[in-house]
Amino acid sequence: MTDNTPTVSGSEASEAPRSAMARFLDSDLLHSFLSSKVTVLAAFTTVVLMLAALFAPLVAPFNPFDLAQISIMDARIPPIGMEWSDPRYLLGTDDQGRDLLSGILYGMRISLAVGFLSVAFAAVLGISLGLISGYVGGRTDAIIMRIAEVQLTFPAILLALLIDGIANGIFGNIDRETWAIWILTFSIGLSFWVQYARTVRGSTLVEKNKEYVQAARVIGIPAWIIMIRHVLPNVLGPVLVIATINLALAIITEATLSFLGVGVPSTQPSLGTLIRIGNDFLFSGEWWIAIFPGLALAILVLAVNLLGDWLRDALNPKLR
Amino acid sequence: MFGFISRRIAMALVVMFVVALISFLLFRFVGDPVNQMVGIETTPEQREALRQRLGLNDPVLVQFFRYVLGAIQFDFGNSYQFKQPVADLIGRRLPATLELSFASAIFALLLGIPMGVYTGLNRDSWLSKMFLSVSLVGISLPTFFIGILFIFFFSVTLQWLPSFGRGEVVALGSFWDTGFLTISGLKAIILPAITLGLYQMTLIMRLIRAEMLEVMRTDHIKFARARGLPNRSVYYIHALKNTMVPVITITGLQLGSIIAFAIITETVFQWPGMGILFLQAVQNVDIPIMAAYLLLTAFIFVFINLIVDILYVVIDPRLRTERGRA
Repeated sequence: MTDNTPTVSGSEASEAPRSAMARFLDSDLLHSFLSSKVTVLAAFTTVVLMLAALFAPLVAPFNPFDLAQISIMDARIPPIGMEWSDPRYLLGTDDQGRDLLSGILYGMRISLAVGFLSVAFAAVLGISLGLISGYVGGRTDAIIMRIAEVQLTFPAILLALLIDGIANGIFGNIDRETWAIWILTFSIGLSFWVQYARTVRGSTLVEKNKEYVQAARVIGIPAWIIMIRHVLPNVLGPVLVIATINLALAIITEATLSFLGVGVPSTQPSLGTLIRIGNDFLFSGEWWIAIFPGLALAILVLAVNLLGDWLRDALNPKLR
Repeated sequence: MFGFISRRIAMALVVMFVVALISFLLFRFVGDPVNQMVGIETTPEQREALRQRLGLNDPVLVQFFRYVLGAIQFDFGNSYQFKQPVADLIGRRLPATLELSFASAIFALLLGIPMGVYTGLNRDSWLSKMFLSVSLVGISLPTFFIGILFIFFFSVTLQWLPSFGRGEVVALGSFWDTGFLTISGLKAIILPAITLGLYQMTLIMRLIRAEMLEVMRTDHIKFARARGLPNRSVYYIHALKNTMVPVITITGLQLGSIIAFAIITETVFQWPGMGILFLQAVQNVDIPIMAAYLLLTAFIFVFINLIVDILYVVIDPRLRTERGRA
């Protein structure tokens, strides 16, 4: 490790005359955000849902995991406004007498956690491989990009299913309850890295021939520091857009896998698990057990999708 | 042109080789095949004899070639859970999945293309805006939830259409059971096909819309108008034709994902196809089925990709010289 690297980035920072906040308040980005009502609504919804999920233990009227609070006597109570409803249970209860609203809040927590973690995993993996691929080039580049092409032939959901199945085959003997979420996150993340890698590789190819990178190379900075300190910050813009859209995709994928019964274990129900449980009661008339978690999922994904759409248009100067 | 096609075929072969290798490694090393086939009371000597008989003591390369040779002749070994040849199991389920995929692709094209043309030509009409917002909602709703909503409305509440199964099937030859020839079979395919095709429909609609907007600005459309051609012929002969290249590509590629998403639709509607079989295999770690499914879908995807790539060059003459050289 050399001492001169921090000063390089330090001098870059000091050249900016205004604070980051002031620049943000004056930016086109904020203006475009505030002028689109749909986007503001979507952002508001996303933030509210995320906060509600994050603080689920404080917000939710019940704790669905606390056996002392649930009673089988309260099972399958319909939501408020219907006959036989109970004012304590706003959205009704499920087959075990758990409050559905609390179940949804806790479930959203798991859905969001898996979504964020797998997007982070995919992004880190994809960005690293993309940087290496673009910066090093040659045979390394060819191998990584071939793998990416092969993987792109398969839909992500199929890959996630396969990886989940294989991982459970390899780690078949270990405790499923604790590891299922991590295996799930891993398999979703692994099926989404290609887009990041291709985007980052493209921008890296452009950046690596610019003067600042050549200058850094001339003064003898090691390649990996150039990649991380100098190239990386300049290729992150498009990654943000992909990550937002992928968050919605990852949440859908998690819900789908859980619905299919290969995702999270039913002791820690995510939104998908709740829908799967509710699906069994659709025919006996207890529609709310499946429909409400589904609506929560749809609203969450729609809001995140709208944010992603806006971000893509706002960061793309060609569309202005 | 010839060079391009042969390069694509070589590439496809490489992909298939890699997938076959992965599929073989899965088959051979994830879980012990012998353990899956024998009971607890089998002696080590008997196990060893079985190993020898199955050829599991041969060099890995020999085993790999034996696996590939078997796969070419549709021999994928026996399923762990059903104790039957995997090829038979898949073969019996394949018609159901293919019929479902076909029906939903037809649905997506028949609705997606006209809606795309309409929204592309009438950008600001309220109907276009409605189509577009509905399509955004459609993309945001997960497939399985759309299926559940359909079941809830059309099967449980209105009781118009069945919610599970294929209805009555008629045997065509020895291995193909079709649901297209009976009333109950046709009724049964409606909901699953729409559920499966909805995403593709919105995709095709958005794609055609974007392409139409682009094409309508080009010179040859202005020229066609200047010649005094009626709107109908400008739109459908001169404009729509030029949007078809990307549509064919995307539709072709989407056929692959229709087969993948069939897993979800089949689960929701209890459609007795390949997807359910694969899902059961994943849940029970039935490696031979997983490996065979991986190989089969990979083959379908790679084949479609290849066809689409070749079609692309055949349809659009502008790409020939560029791609040929690249």
